[in-house]
Amino acid sequence: MNGRKLPSFTIWRAIFVLLMAAGAYATYLRVRYGLGGVTNLSDQFPWGIWIGFDILCGVGLAAGGFTLVAVVHIFNIERYKPILRPAILTAFLGYVLVVLALLFDLGRPDRVWHPLVMWNPHSVMFEVAWCVTLYTTVLALEFAPTVFEKLGWHKPLDWLKFISVPLMIVGVILSTLHQSSLGSLYLIVPHKLYGLWYTPMLPVFFYLSAICVGLAMTIFESWHSSRAFGRALELPLAAGLARVLAVLLMTFLFVRFLDLEQRGVLGLLRENRTETWLFGLEIALLAVPMVLLFRRRVRWNPGKLYGCAVLVIFGFIANRLNVSVTGMEAGSGTHYVPRWTEIAVTLAIIALGFAVFRVIAQYFPVFEEHREDQAHAPRAAREAAEEGIPAGVG
Amino acid sequence: MSKAILYDSTMCIGCKACEGACAERWHLPYDDKVAAETRLSAHKLTAIQTFGEHFSRRLCMHCAEPTCASVCPVGALHKTSLGPVVYDAEKCMGCRYCMTACPFQVPAYEWNSRLPKVRKCDMCYDRQRAGKVTACAEACPTGATTCGDRDALVAEARRRLAEKPGSYYQRIYGLQEVGGTSVLYISAVPFEQIGLRTNLPQQPLPQLTWRVLEAVPDVVSVGSVLLGGIWWITNRRDEVARAEGGKR
Repeated sequence: MNGRKLPSFTIWRAIFVLLMAAGAYATYLRVRYGLGGVTNLSDQFPWGIWIGFDILCGVGLAAGGFTLVAVVHIFNIERYKPILRPAILTAFLGYVLVVLALLFDLGRPDRVWHPLVMWNPHSVMFEVAWCVTLYTTVLALEFAPTVFEKLGWHKPLDWLKFISVPLMIVGVILSTLHQSSLGSLYLIVPHKLYGLWYTPMLPVFFYLSAICVGLAMTIFESWHSSRAFGRALELPLAAGLARVLAVLLMTFLFVRFLDLEQRGVLGLLRENRTETWLFGLEIALLAVPMVLLFRRRVRWNPGKLYGCAVLVIFGFIANRLNVSVTGMEAGSGTHYVPRWTEIAVTLAIIALGFAVFRVIAQYFPVFEEHREDQAHAPRAAREAAEEGIPAGVG
Repeated sequence: MSKAILYDSTMCIGCKACEGACAERWHLPYDDKVAAETRLSAHKLTAIQTFGEHFSRRLCMHCAEPTCASVCPVGALHKTSLGPVVYDAEKCMGCRYCMTACPFQVPAYEWNSRLPKVRKCDMCYDRQRAGKVTACAEACPTGATTCGDRDALVAEARRRLAEKPGSYYQRIYGLQEVGGTSVLYISAVPFEQIGLRTNLPQQPLPQLTWRVLEAVPDVVSVGSVLLGGIWWITNRRDEVARAEGGKR
């Protein structure tokens, strides 16, 4: 882009190097001393943040890929095409990083392929393993055209174009299955998971919240890309997504409380326990951006819109960590606080994701050419464009 | 003809002979330090616990419909027709879902090993196949732990409850918990007072996830048709618009 020979020293690069160094040392310790040497996991609490954050949040945060594929190619709302490729790239990288994190967490990472040959269709984990494997392949194929265009390989491009529609349908179905199944994983622990989170609706809630955070992530990464690459934010598109996001958040929160009421556990909210406060935090982080995003002034202000997307992402992370960590503590009769090595690996994986995204976006045609007409169109026209979103997007 | 273990808390004197015999059978080290541990772990597959003047014993419950076997993505755990729930370390990839899911918090992990395995009691599957009782039952000096056919042990437990109604809490733990287990407990006091989980449903837990997994083929078939249909309609609309020379 700007032809600099040496990478300049910036605070972000320094942080990146630090995180990668810490991650590399933690990786060495993981290999050398096993799970016991680097985690605070125990027989009472066998799943920590590598499952709760790296896997559960990682897969959810990558949901923007299938959501936008459905919007652009299946519902055929072409205006969103400019932000489709970055969303697919985020999703693809997200899944690759999830698999990487899984290799840290598995006791025997050399056997990660076992579920593909040793079947147990009664296991939710088995279904998730298959879906994640297949969907990562689908994402690779969905992203491949970007690489092939750059390399000028036309024959495989034609091939991919030929299978693109069934491929996208398969991708959306696989996502639907495993996004919800990550919630189903916890259906088996009614005796352990706290009443505010344990519900037969877990798969539905995981699916709905994944779509919400997928939209929030798309807004988040559009904003960051626009800053990193000096492009204008596709504001009409982001604002359009934000409107759908507000409606989905409202639906999610409504069903969530309806479920609490139906199961008769609303009384738990009066108890002065850690769980109550963390539940409140989770709901607040989703309800505040919902209310704000219903206001046009917020949707059409890049800074505020970005702030709301970040809140939704944190609300989503709070939800997943509540289900997988805090909600499980009391029922397991123990406390769990991650060790520094667990956090170091997690942060290194996130940093790696940001860096690889940046490099790929720089060298491959991920973003469409900056479009003058969109960025400088009169505000009224852009707002009219937003109102033109067909009702069936959600 | 399914085998089971009956543990009678009122007869247990807390001598821990079962622990020693179990360690010997698994070739695990057993000394005073290990004996003092009251939790199950990768090097202690059964443990005697003390609750005031009552004793309790922890070991794998060998559920009739084991949660661990249902959640294992590679099928490393399974219920044998003989009764024991056994583990195949060669299949296990170490996801530890069995440990998260087990309602009795039994499976333990070799956390500090570089090639770790899950460890749990297998009700002496090899001995039972050879017609012998479990090592713990053989070692028990008072008959607090006995091993035999489940039906016969249930009948024996009922006989004891009826014979000395004053000495026993009138229930058998394991008869119905999560659909029934192959380890049964009787005790002088309610079971939560000897450290057993009493908030468990009577139906087997694997049903909770199977109900959802059953729907997978429907999601796939209905989903494909639905998405394909939507794609066809939206695309067709565009084609028509283009053919008419209009602009969408």
